[in-house]
Amino acid sequence: MILGRKVGMTQLFDENGEVVPATVIEAGPCHVVQVKTPGKDSYAAVQLGFGKIRSKLVNKPLGGHFKKAGLEPRRWLREGEISPEEAVKVGETLTVDIFKVGDKVNVTGTTKGLGFQGGVRRHHFRGGPKTHGQSDRLRAPGSIGASSYPSRVWKGTRMAGQMGNVRQTVKNLTVVAVDPESNLLLLKGSVPGKIHNLLKITLTKRGIGG
Amino acid sequence: MSIIAQVESKYLKKKIPNFGPGDTVKVHVKIREGDKTRTQIFTGTVIARSGSGVGETFTVRKVTSGIGVERIFPLHSPNLSKIERVREGRVRRAKLYYLRGLTGKSARIAEKRKVTKK
Repeated sequence: MILGRKVGMTQLFDENGEVVPATVIEAGPCHVVQVKTPGKDSYAAVQLGFGKIRSKLVNKPLGGHFKKAGLEPRRWLREGEISPEEAVKVGETLTVDIFKVGDKVNVTGTTKGLGFQGGVRRHHFRGGPKTHGQSDRLRAPGSIGASSYPSRVWKGTRMAGQMGNVRQTVKNLTVVAVDPESNLLLLKGSVPGKIHNLLKITLTKRGIGG
Repeated sequence: MSIIAQVESKYLKKKIPNFGPGDTVKVHVKIREGDKTRTQIFTGTVIARSGSGVGETFTVRKVTSGIGVERIFPLHSPNLSKIERVREGRVRRAKLYYLRGLTGKSARIAEKRKVTKK
C-alpha cells in the first residue's frame, strides 16, 4: 500500500507503438507512523503518513503521534491492511519502487463532487416527453412506485440527490511505468477524483505481475 | 516544467519535419504482420493538426477511386518511421474540413509560392 496524489492524465506508446492512456500519480515516499497489531489494537493494519505540512498546522496531539514514531509530521495519515510478506516497522519509508511494471493495483480515492443532481444526470433517466401537451415533465423521474401496495416508496429507489464526492475503488489497473527518482507511478486507465486528489494504491490480492 | 510534460518528454520524437494543413505529405507507416514488419506509404493532404504534447495528431486525407479516405496519425507514434513533405500548400485556415464537401477542381489546393528577391 502506498499513498499518492493524482497529477493528471496523458498517453504513451507501448512496445508495439499502440497508444496507452495513462494516469500520472505522484506516489510516496510514505512513512510508517504506526503498526497496529491484533493483540494491541484488535486488528492488523499499517498507518502511513504522506505529504509535506508546515509545522504550524500540526496540533500537539498529532505532533506527538509523529514524534513517537520519530518522524516529521505529514499531511495525510491513512491506514491499510498489509500482507504478512510486506512486514514493515515504524519509521520505515515506502517508495513507489514497491511496484513493478505489469503489476495490477487497486486505487481508492474520492470521486469528483458534482453536487445535487437530478435523475437524468445521476441515473441516466430518460426524462419525459417534450411535446404532446406536457408541462414541467422534460426532466422528471416518472413513477417512483406503485399505489395502494406498498403505499410508500421503496428504500433505495433511484432519485435526485448528491452525486459524486464518494469513496470509490478502481480495481485491476496495470502499472505501465515507475519512476522512483521523481516518485511517479503511471497506471493504465483513469482513477477517481480531481487533480491533487489523495489516492490509496494497493497491490491486488492476486498480486505481482497480474 | 510540469510533471505531465516531464513524463511526456520521454515519448516525444526529437525531430519532427515542419508541415501543416494544406501540405501534401508521404507518411511511412510500419505495419506488423505476424513477426514481419513492412512499411506502407500513405500519401495525402494534411487537413488538420490537433492536440499538443505526446497526444498531438494530424489528419491526412486522400481520394482513392472517388472515395475520400482520411487517416488520423499520432504525431509521436513510433510506428511512423518517416513523414515527408512533398508539396507545400497555400491555405488560409488551420482545419481544412471544407475539403470533405468538395470534389474535382474545387478540391485542389494552390501551391505556396516561394518568396523570391527581385
